Amino acid sequence: MPARLPRLHSLLLQLLLSLPLAGCDMVTLSPSGDIAARQGDLIVIATVLMLLIVVPVMILTGWFAWHFRASNQKANHDPDWHHSTALELVIWSAPLLIVIMLGAVTWISTHTLDPFRKLDRIAEGRPVPEGVRPLKVQVVALDWKWLFIYPDYGIASVNEMAAPVDVPIEFQITSSTVMNSFFVPALAGQIYAMPAMETRLHAVINKAGDFEGFSANYSGAGFSHMRFNFKGMDGEGFDRWVAAVRESNTELGRGEYLQLEKPSAREPVRHYGKTMAGLYDAVLNLCVEPTKMCQRDMAAIDARGGLGLANVYNVTRLSYDADRRRGAELPASNVYVAALCSLPSDVMASPVDPAFYGSRRLAP
Amino acid sequence: MSSSTISPPAETGNRYLVSGEHHPANGTMLGFWLYLMSDCLIFAVLFAMYGVVGGNYAAGPSPKDLFDLELVAVNTAMLLLSSITYGMAMLEMQRHRVKPTMLWLAVTGLFGLAFVGIEMYEFHHLIHEGAGPQRSAFLSAFFTLVGTHGLHVSFGIVWLVVLLTQLGRWGLTAANRRRLACLSLFWHFLDVIWIGVFTVVYLMGALR
Amino acid sequence: MTIASEPNSAPAQLHDSVFLGRLSLESIPYHEPIILVTFAVAGLLGLSLLVWITRARAWGWLWRDWFCTIDHKKIGVMYMVLGFVMLIRGFSDAIMMRAQQAMAFGDANGYLPPHHYDQIFTAHGVIMIFFVAMPFVTGLMNYIVPLQIGARDVAFPFLNNFSFWMTTAGAVLVMLSLFIGEFATTGWLAYPPLSGAAYSPGVGVDYYIWALQIAGVGTLLSGVNLLVTIIKMRAPGMGLMQMPIFTWTSLCTNVLIVAAFPVLTAVLVLLALDRTVGTNFFTNDFGGNPMMYVNLIWIWGHPEVYILILPLFGVFSEVVSTFSGKRLFGYASMVYATIVITILSYLVWLHHFFTMGSGASVNSFFGITTMIISIPTGAKMFNWLFTMYRGRIRFELPMLWTMGFMFTFVIGGMTGVLLAVPPADFVLHNSLFLIAHFHNVIIGGVVFGVFAGVSYWFPKVFGYKLDVFWGRVSFWCWQIGFLFAFMPLYILGLMGVTRRVSHFEDTSLQPWFIVAAFGAVLIGCGILAMLVQFRVSYVRRESLRDDSGDPWNGRTLEWATSSPPPDYNFAFTPRVHDIDAWWDMKRGGYQRPTTGFLAIHMPKNTPAGIILAGISGVMGFALIWHIWWAAGAAFAALIATAIVHTFNLDRDYHVPVETVTAVEDLRTRQLAEAGA
Repeated sequence: MPARLPRLHSLLLQLLLSLPLAGCDMVTLSPSGDIAARQGDLIVIATVLMLLIVVPVMILTGWFAWHFRASNQKANHDPDWHHSTALELVIWSAPLLIVIMLGAVTWISTHTLDPFRKLDRIAEGRPVPEGVRPLKVQVVALDWKWLFIYPDYGIASVNEMAAPVDVPIEFQITSSTVMNSFFVPALAGQIYAMPAMETRLHAVINKAGDFEGFSANYSGAGFSHMRFNFKGMDGEGFDRWVAAVRESNTELGRGEYLQLEKPSAREPVRHYGKTMAGLYDAVLNLCVEPTKMCQRDMAAIDARGGLGLANVYNVTRLSYDADRRRGAELPASNVYVAALCSLPSDVMASPVDPAFYGSRRLAP
Repeated sequence: MSSSTISPPAETGNRYLVSGEHHPANGTMLGFWLYLMSDCLIFAVLFAMYGVVGGNYAAGPSPKDLFDLELVAVNTAMLLLSSITYGMAMLEMQRHRVKPTMLWLAVTGLFGLAFVGIEMYEFHHLIHEGAGPQRSAFLSAFFTLVGTHGLHVSFGIVWLVVLLTQLGRWGLTAANRRRLACLSLFWHFLDVIWIGVFTVVYLMGALR
Repeated sequence: MTIASEPNSAPAQLHDSVFLGRLSLESIPYHEPIILVTFAVAGLLGLSLLVWITRARAWGWLWRDWFCTIDHKKIGVMYMVLGFVMLIRGFSDAIMMRAQQAMAFGDANGYLPPHHYDQIFTAHGVIMIFFVAMPFVTGLMNYIVPLQIGARDVAFPFLNNFSFWMTTAGAVLVMLSLFIGEFATTGWLAYPPLSGAAYSPGVGVDYYIWALQIAGVGTLLSGVNLLVTIIKMRAPGMGLMQMPIFTWTSLCTNVLIVAAFPVLTAVLVLLALDRTVGTNFFTNDFGGNPMMYVNLIWIWGHPEVYILILPLFGVFSEVVSTFSGKRLFGYASMVYATIVITILSYLVWLHHFFTMGSGASVNSFFGITTMIISIPTGAKMFNWLFTMYRGRIRFELPMLWTMGFMFTFVIGGMTGVLLAVPPADFVLHNSLFLIAHFHNVIIGGVVFGVFAGVSYWFPKVFGYKLDVFWGRVSFWCWQIGFLFAFMPLYILGLMGVTRRVSHFEDTSLQPWFIVAAFGAVLIGCGILAMLVQFRVSYVRRESLRDDSGDPWNGRTLEWATSSPPPDYNFAFTPRVHDIDAWWDMKRGGYQRPTTGFLAIHMPKNTPAGIILAGISGVMGFALIWHIWWAAGAAFAALIATAIVHTFNLDRDYHVPVETVTAVEDLRTRQLAEAGA
């Protein structure tokens, strides 16, 4: 099936859409990343399958309405005809057949294009070359801007992300406060970014260029401007970009992050030459404030039956909440569970156990 | 249609009309049962919520630390006994005896009050210890599920008092018998829900 | 206004006063000129209405004959009026959004700040679903179902009145949010954590919660009511498989209401607890789980879609078969299709959030169940098609709306199935493509269906037909306006434009939004033309009058009685022998009896419903503003009033024989004149 797609795709685009839609850039149907391209093809295939039944229905509707109009006395009139087993069989089985075909396409494509699944190709007929290490990017949806952390390079950027062409990208995605959706239409379909949870996305960009990325899930007042620039670059370009980011003197630690996290819109692009190791994990576990208990620790404690009544009052008022919260009013509950022991601010409260994410904290 | 007189259905046996006044069946019991089923769905949501977040103690206390199973057993006995006494009231109603019906109803109400009282004591005790509904998602779900049931029982008691007044005033009229039957459905329904609460929240909590 | 006279100058947003809670002078949005103008216009219109009613000395009549009525017909009409009033409010929101999106490009910020724009799209969704579509659907069912099954009223007439006023109390709260405080800025389903106390601290979400809670009680009770009515009160001889299709679809819709609305009630209670008590169901911290909210709200939300569309499928079935002069093709398969849709509608909720990352197998399961729903829906489409086949189709207004539906709805259905393919949804989710899709099915299906129903049954309700010219103008404005407003949105969605955005950087998108705004204006003309149509029809009512009670050569029992029907609907309860009972009666030489009438047992009007709903509204308002003493007092009053009502046994009476005879004699003369 996949091999025939591009031809079908372009043919249909020309047939169906070119005339009325000349001049508009349908990024979802002609994207620049392999995953998005396959998703675009799927839209076309599904549409064609359904047109097989929709077009005849519309023609029949028009024809029957015209032919059996009251003024056409020549038309056959049979007021008591109301049943035909053969016809009923056709009526039910025609949509059924289409749904069976569409269902098969759905089952297969949902599994092959699952965002949590590792890529097995970078483009049609081009499997992932051996020895290529995927680019790891940790994405945090903030109010209302995007933070990208490159753990393998120790750098980070705000509202701008770059990736080398034809290299698989592995996204780990979370959010600091409310639900957002991470979406670069040219690259791949979207996936929710949710606080204290992690979603994943595997994708690859096949063309160099600047593409638009944004949040596709409404998240409050600054949502309209929660946009970023996704740069597809060749290998050298990407290396130059990394070097340029590294030159930035600003470092992203706990303090800087807590500043950055405060609600703001239309933020300019920002680069961080150094990033605290494990920051993303602290964000994901809602424990960037060192006094706060990490969600992972909390989950581990809860799995062992909690800490009993002894720990019932181990809650602390969140002092900076007035800034982080939206609006002027004091909330009903601005407390959190305090960490059991405090640590120097540049050390993670507890080391990361990757296996843990694989099972428990992975959304949903 | 002509102006001549057309006879009513009773005289002509008109096949298209019912002769005389048509009395459709009374739908109160069905309606009330449907309402109870919708109520059951509210509890279903609360149970689901408890099922999902019931283990999230937020590093705080768990059921084992909090629940006093003996107290809950007494409480459960109160509610189950109240169902039996309500059954007795219904039996007396079938025998058309107003006074014994009212007596059994009053006993039912007292058992209900005891149940609500014990539950309020339990809640007060938990909140006093610091384990209020805000402390963790588990406690939020616990207070909401058990509290919603307790609220239902409280409404049942108010209804019961109103019915006692109405029984005293009008006796076992058709309307009062219907109302008794509805409250009976309601009361036993709450019993069934409580058995679920007792099992899922308290027993399984103690085993966790 | 009591608020204005209260000398509370404290910065109320910080500390709740004991007496007024969060409410203070600052709660009134003086600084928003748009709202002030709206307030002035609405106040002026409301005042002139009040003056007009007073001068016409109509208060007593309104109160006794309408507000306190337990007559399912009058309640049905009031539901429709509520729907039309709220349609105008919801449409104003729509046109404001379209204008903003057509203007706000690049350096231009448009005329709405995000805070206002966000309230508008939230209010638009909430109002259109809960206070336009639901009242329309409930109104149609209320009016028609008892007539179609040959009953005198619904099973619980008082409850019916109460349900209507609860829905209205919810609508009043939403309208109030415009002038006192604010509405939610969360989107129409108010996902937490955004809708939690931490990220939406104002009263907006509380307005949302309590308006929906109060209206939801009304909807649930009316669902129970109609369900019992259909099950218990059918005329003798009408088995389940003899019920008219509209009654069948109403039955399924009410099953869905009873089985879905409690979930909404429960989930909104949990959100309210999170916001006011400080529980942790859907918070980020303390073990809360926001995804639970999304699941639960869609477990209500998806059946809700079918609650809206199923009764209209029934309307289309009635209209197609009446105006084709032909029996409905495939009655049994229509019924089974309806039942299958009813059941399947509970197994698809997750398709609203494939992008949450539930995993491939879960996603494909829900995707495929969604596609399976299109099979019975497709079968219905074919059934209508083959009802037209070998018919004699009269293109009266109801049929016109139905034709509009058949062409529009297939497109909406197709894009819906497309969105059910998870990988395609990853691209199109939350995009304007999605917006176009659900407006395509809701306008093309629900709205066109309601208008088909209104123009079909209008002569039954008022005794005269609607003006055809203005009806056609309205239809074409709606149909063409719809295409202009939403086809660009499909394209924009494919261009990767997402929903709920108040400002765009990419100016190349602007032409599409201008076209869409033009479409919205056309739809506005359609609404206007419809109002003109009502007015013109009223003025020309004598020439449009229908005395026969059966203007379309109908097939079902509602056409067997006079237009408008007497309070008791039928002097003698009909006996049913066929699916198309009235058609069968006409063929079988049925003759209406003109003597020998009997006294008729009927329920009595009562003010209890409007009083209870009024108190509920006050309680809701107090809860929204944290005026705890008032909430407590209102709650106590609510219980007390309900108890007092149970002591009122004077609930029914007999329409005396003389009255029945007089009414029926008048009808006999009317028919004689019409025949002469």
